[in-house]
Amino acid sequence: MMEAIKLEIVQDYINQFANQPVYVHLETTNGAYASHFNANAYNVGAYIRNARLTYSQGKIVEHEGSYRVGLKHEIGWIYAEGLTDFEFNENNQLLIAGHDKEGRLMVALQISPEPFSY
Amino acid sequence: MNFEEHNHVVVIYPHPDDESFGAAGTITKFRKAGVPVTYLCGTLGEMGRNMGSPFFANRETLPQIRKKELQDACKVLDMNLEMLGYRDKTIEFEPRDEMAERFKNYLENLGATLVITFYPGFAVHPDHNAMGAAAFEAVKMMDPDQRPTVWATAFSNDHVEKLGKPNVVIDLIDSFDQKLDAIKAHRSQAEGMLSQLLANSESDNEYEAALERFRFEGFYEVDIDQVNY
Repeated sequence: MMEAIKLEIVQDYINQFANQPVYVHLETTNGAYASHFNANAYNVGAYIRNARLTYSQGKIVEHEGSYRVGLKHEIGWIYAEGLTDFEFNENNQLLIAGHDKEGRLMVALQISPEPFSY
Repeated sequence: MNFEEHNHVVVIYPHPDDESFGAAGTITKFRKAGVPVTYLCGTLGEMGRNMGSPFFANRETLPQIRKKELQDACKVLDMNLEMLGYRDKTIEFEPRDEMAERFKNYLENLGATLVITFYPGFAVHPDHNAMGAAAFEAVKMMDPDQRPTVWATAFSNDHVEKLGKPNVVIDLIDSFDQKLDAIKAHRSQAEGMLSQLLANSESDNEYEAALERFRFEGFYEVDIDQVNY
């Protein structure tokens, strides 16, 4: 079960995964129905499932109740904004996500020592 | 409507819950008439953003949760289930002819006399449109005298303007229990929506609020040789 981000705990997990090959899931979405329900809205979304990389440093930063995470890897960066909740699951995967007031996922950054399923 | 006229109804939609929101009452009527119904469900809705309200799923647990919800909904509706194993949000990137060939084999093997699917171009979600297009294509590939009837679900904001009103409308006043139970089987997806419906309704009763919104299921019966998509 995901719970509200605790900065020190998440930072510890991020540190644990540094300097070793990891698999990253990164996504953001405002839903497939955004412009269906609101003519002024515009559907945007992107996801990467299982980017394999090694990051040398990672940091979580709090901003007015939500969080940003940046991971510096060999040839670039991974970045996510609007994160609110986290879970470290039984597969040793760090799941971090941002949910809206209705509990819908808006953004996710996940790190795993093995490829994510599917 | 003579529901018992059909031999086998095949529902082709991409996501767990499409069948419940789109066709649960119609499926119930076919089952009550003794007609077998099979759901070809494209994906497990792996990329859904509803995680329950309040949320209890996450991106990694959602597929298995939705699989169970789908199986429960199919039990409520007493229909057969085939999970096709595509991935949510990727259906439009799969080769359409390969999908159509696969669907055609199902339709022939099951002896389908009616296909219920999405109307390509009028079904809002890219998976809906792509799944419907492959289903249309599958029917087109069959011998004209073997082809099942096609009923297509459309709900884009312009669907009435462009297509007119649905020419098949099923009133669920006498089979709404199953429709609501099937929707509620999809707890991770439906809970938030149902409580919003209730909040926006003049009724303080969930059944009444849902009935206002979902009483009728509309479809376009299409001539597969004439339809543009």
